[in-house]
Amino acid sequence: MTDNVVEDNSRRRFLVAATSVVGAVGAGFVAVPFLTSFSPSAKAQAAGAPIEVDISKIKEGQRLTVEWRGKPIWIVKRSEQNLQELSSLNNKLRDPHSEVISQQPDYAKNAGRSIKPEYLVLIGICTHLGCSPSYVEADNPAGNDIDPDWKGGFFCPCHGSKFDLAGRVYQSVPAPTNLVVPPYTYLSDTRLLIGATA
Amino acid sequence: MNKMLDWVDSRFPLMSLWNEHLAKYYAPKNFNFWYYFGSLALLMLVLQIVTGIFLTMNYKPDAELAFGSVEYIMRDVNYGWLIRYMHAVGASFFFVVVYLHMFRGLMYGSYRKPRELVWLIGMFIYVCLMAEAFLGYLLPWGQMSYWGAQVIISLFGAIPYVGEDLALWIRGDYVIADATLNRFFAFHVILVPLILLVLVVLHIMALHEVGSNNPDGVEIKKNKDPKTGIPVDGIPFHPYYSVKDIVGVTVFLMLFAGVIFYAPELGGYFIEANNFFPADPLKTPEHIAPLWYFTPFYAILRAIPDKLMGVIAMVAAIGILFALPWLDRSPVKSIRYKGWIYKLALTLFIISFFGLCYLGMVGPTPIKTLFAQIFSAIYFAFFLLMPIYSKLDKTKPVPERVTD
Repeated sequence: MTDNVVEDNSRRRFLVAATSVVGAVGAGFVAVPFLTSFSPSAKAQAAGAPIEVDISKIKEGQRLTVEWRGKPIWIVKRSEQNLQELSSLNNKLRDPHSEVISQQPDYAKNAGRSIKPEYLVLIGICTHLGCSPSYVEADNPAGNDIDPDWKGGFFCPCHGSKFDLAGRVYQSVPAPTNLVVPPYTYLSDTRLLIGATA
Repeated sequence: MNKMLDWVDSRFPLMSLWNEHLAKYYAPKNFNFWYYFGSLALLMLVLQIVTGIFLTMNYKPDAELAFGSVEYIMRDVNYGWLIRYMHAVGASFFFVVVYLHMFRGLMYGSYRKPRELVWLIGMFIYVCLMAEAFLGYLLPWGQMSYWGAQVIISLFGAIPYVGEDLALWIRGDYVIADATLNRFFAFHVILVPLILLVLVVLHIMALHEVGSNNPDGVEIKKNKDPKTGIPVDGIPFHPYYSVKDIVGVTVFLMLFAGVIFYAPELGGYFIEANNFFPADPLKTPEHIAPLWYFTPFYAILRAIPDKLMGVIAMVAAIGILFALPWLDRSPVKSIRYKGWIYKLALTLFIISFFGLCYLGMVGPTPIKTLFAQIFSAIYFAFFLLMPIYSKLDKTKPVPERVTD
């Protein structure tokens, strides 16, 4: 009797394939909540709210560090001389005119990368691998080791990236882009709001 | 006793497992010093798991409490200092053992046919071990923990388009934070150890399927006693090598205990000074470097003045090891029968590896970066040119039987 049976596996193959596909789709859906649970929680996102900073006490050449979203935010008051020297560095820099749009809001795409020229506001995280660079003033003797013609700026101790006093990156260092200018706005002459645009 | 054994054996393959992997696993009779490190690696895995379990009983995976809880273990928990030093020093010793184990394979061609899968599974173990060490290093929540993790996770940010979102997803926050610590703890104590255990079982199963290599690179299975079917150059692993390994374990544990008791930080090489400061997200330490077992790859990363290319080179430096079985075209396995070209290449490779290891520990200067670039080039040349020079190399004839 069995001699005459013609084997037809097409039905079985179809059922196996259909079950596999449905199973894979189901597994995909189940994976979503697990993978999404890794993204910043509502609490972590809420902690990213803007902060207010009083800048009236910063003297020329001084740097104030505050925390926003767990990151260091630097506010540096630059002198007239600092601002004039910025353009003289242009040919040593990778992106002197802030062409990479992700690194600053539109209103900071100017010579000093700031709203008011004297106040520089930056996220103090190196664009290479996330270390926090040190602030090295022009008159600091350590500046000579960084660059023979050091005009002041930031130096990352981790991998040797250099930035000028507008957070612009030097050529042939590991960091690819300028330091990031966060969104900020002036609430008054002496009060800054960091984390929000006007 | 025998009755009980029979009872178990008719329900579980106890005796056949014992015979297959120990009492009747025939290993070549000419193993030397370099063959201690496989069993020592297994010992270290067990030690890390046991000390790790005891550490979790007092450790708190919480950004507010983690640093304090580690200090609590060190000062107030009875013998907590000992358990923690065993675990921290153990991590470094684990890597010493694994690097020597891998070097043995490199010398004697233990990755060659038919042992390609043994090598590949071993490489997966090595990568898991690196992940495990990296994850565990964040847990004390010191300055180096924090900034080391910041740098390594930022590496993912170098991937075009999805990089930044991926780094955010891994951290679970905009910077390394409590969420990151918590998930690293989960990976470190559950996920990666489970994978490691499975991989170790696979590694041993694959090895026992093809049989162990030996310093001569001679296949002992090609020469079996016609009556018994046992390789004439093979001896049962138990008791011959189990006893030999106990001697190795004893000497190893003496060294291990010496470091634990007299130099647990080993001058900053095993536990870095900056990790005795609690993590501070606003201040990067002046000098940050990973622990010594990562520094060769870290030096390669730094040697290239481009973010993405640097990351690619670093990943490639590890990835290329996977391809080793297919890069070596030499007609012989063991360095004993290879010619001067391979010996020179291996020497240069070792010098480069140690050179990179040193350069990754110290701060970058232009001259040091140049050296790192030269050593990186040699590192890659050793592998990439291997198909050519291993063919050109003049080899010596391999004997029929293993030598003594």
